[in-house]
Amino acid sequence: MGMLIARRLAFMVFVLWGITLVTFFLSHVVPGNPARLMAGPQASPSQVAHISRIYGLTDPLFVQYGRYMRDLSQGNLGFSFVTRRDVRTDIATFLPATVELAGYALVIGFVLAVVTGTVAAYRRGTAADAAGRLTAIAGLSLPVFWLALLLQLLFHTELGWLPLGGRLDPGVTPPPHITGLLTVDSLLTGNINTFVNAAEHLVLPVVVLAAGVYGLMVRIMRTSVLDSLGEEYVRTAEAKGLSRWRVLRRHVLRNAMLPAVTVLGLEFGLLAAGVFVVESVFQWPGLGNYAFQAIQANDYNATLGATFVIAVMYVVINLIVDIAYLYLDPRIRYA
Amino acid sequence: MTGQMPRPPDPVRMTGESSAELGRPAEGAAARLRQTPGAVGPFLTESRLNVAGVAIVALVLLLAVFGPLIAPQNPNQVNLLAVLQPPSVHYWFGTDNLGRDLFSRVLAGTRISVEVAVIILSLSVTLGTALGIVSGLAGGLVDEIVMRVTDLFLAFPGFILAAAIAATLGPSLPHTVLALAVVFWPWYTRLIRGQVLSLREREFVLAARVARAGTVWIATRHVARNVLAILVVQVSLDVGYAILATSSLSFLGLGAQPPSPEWGAIIAEGRSYIQTAWWWSTFAGIALALTVLGFNLLGDGLRDWIDPRLRGSIGGLQE
Repeated sequence: MGMLIARRLAFMVFVLWGITLVTFFLSHVVPGNPARLMAGPQASPSQVAHISRIYGLTDPLFVQYGRYMRDLSQGNLGFSFVTRRDVRTDIATFLPATVELAGYALVIGFVLAVVTGTVAAYRRGTAADAAGRLTAIAGLSLPVFWLALLLQLLFHTELGWLPLGGRLDPGVTPPPHITGLLTVDSLLTGNINTFVNAAEHLVLPVVVLAAGVYGLMVRIMRTSVLDSLGEEYVRTAEAKGLSRWRVLRRHVLRNAMLPAVTVLGLEFGLLAAGVFVVESVFQWPGLGNYAFQAIQANDYNATLGATFVIAVMYVVINLIVDIAYLYLDPRIRYA
Repeated sequence: MTGQMPRPPDPVRMTGESSAELGRPAEGAAARLRQTPGAVGPFLTESRLNVAGVAIVALVLLLAVFGPLIAPQNPNQVNLLAVLQPPSVHYWFGTDNLGRDLFSRVLAGTRISVEVAVIILSLSVTLGTALGIVSGLAGGLVDEIVMRVTDLFLAFPGFILAAAIAATLGPSLPHTVLALAVVFWPWYTRLIRGQVLSLREREFVLAARVARAGTVWIATRHVARNVLAILVVQVSLDVGYAILATSSLSFLGLGAQPPSPEWGAIIAEGRSYIQTAWWWSTFAGIALALTVLGFNLLGDGLRDWIDPRLRGSIGGLQE
């Protein structure tokens, strides 16, 4: 098992290096001059050339790459040409908003999918089963950006129940920074009004993101509950006269959750794509919006920094999932 | 794996496979696919959702081919006398701020989406399958290199990579198509290589080897035919995803550019008018959602039908 984890760690380093290589060269072959972007539209050619020299933009690409990797190994992600701040500072500012959004979406989508998948398995072949399948496929088929627009139209423009976007109303003071998650920070400081306001802003983007999470998970949950139901330990538990609820909780779900856990890695990929689009529609000040604007403005330090952070999270989550799987399944652990 | 999975009683399908074939999806699946003409009936009666999937896909394909013939207007025809008209008998889906007929534009978008999906999948399936077969049959260093490259691609959220590539190449529909093909192929390489590895040890391939058949002969005559079924399922699942990803990129401004009637681009254009002209973005969105739903229903149904033991997710891009 130690060997396996060591191999996975080595692979992780390889993947992260590969990603810096791909994104670096991709973002540096773009026609466009970051020095001009930084110097501003009024700058003279000599000023632009000066800035190019200061930042080493005239050096050969592989020299620039070497310098980037050296900085990266010291945790330095460079300077954003657009926000004119350290990319690391930017990411620290924007990441909590994304974590809060994606976290709620993941939990809500996951819980709904576990319930629906289990009901569909117990009632297989019935209308409930078909409804589970249809809602799951619909969750994956509805275009995220279109669903977001429709919900905005209905709940903001027509009904006036929920805000259009952002994390808080302009008049509301943000709670003091503790975790960066507004709902958590406002509760910790006992500020109920801020909490309600932050929660209202979360509803629509979370619902849109959770639809995809739900869609991906339902069928897997259904299949693995069906598998569990066919196992002999479930028959034994039923034969012992255990209540249906106890069998479900102690024997069926506990085993059925295993495959569901492995899907979390896939879910993260789906969430990353969703966040990218949802944050743009809801003006959500998160990492997805930051990355999108950086890509559009050819702000390559910001693009590289954001993609690198997303890649690190993705790879780490998959590593944790793998290790958790090894740990949860003794058959693999002792094999 | 899921041998005990309860299935609705259906002797026609279940007796087609002996237990010896469990864990060898390709063979059983290929056999299923070969009985295609007579087997379409059972596929449709299995679930009403399968019927819905087939019906939607058929409608989409018909509209993609014949759409321009039934479109009442040229999709880019500006008419400043009929600006922002709500849906009516004359303009079924209303008009936009230039008086263009949105029904004609959504119809024209059908063809664009279908074409885009066909090109993305042709590129990625061809490259992915070829590399998968080579990698699986050759083994050794070739296999190692190909697999590490696919690892690299699969270790990163594909949509964001595609967005970065599309932005790098400059926003346009062909660039989006290329970017999505670049992130799609590794999934096919993985899928096909796995199939090839299990097929490689099967009797008919070993027999061909004993008979001194060349690698190319084995690859084309024996392996390619047997991975076809799995490929069909995966492609039908991915069509929806390809269309959705293209529209998402277009919506973000990284794909099709105005005045193209691509669905994502139409929705993006209508976005700033959503409070006054709800119909603008709504109908293009319904067309997009229904199309993706149709392909996903078809792919999901096909997968269950061809091999009930196949696990994974819906919506494409799985193991």
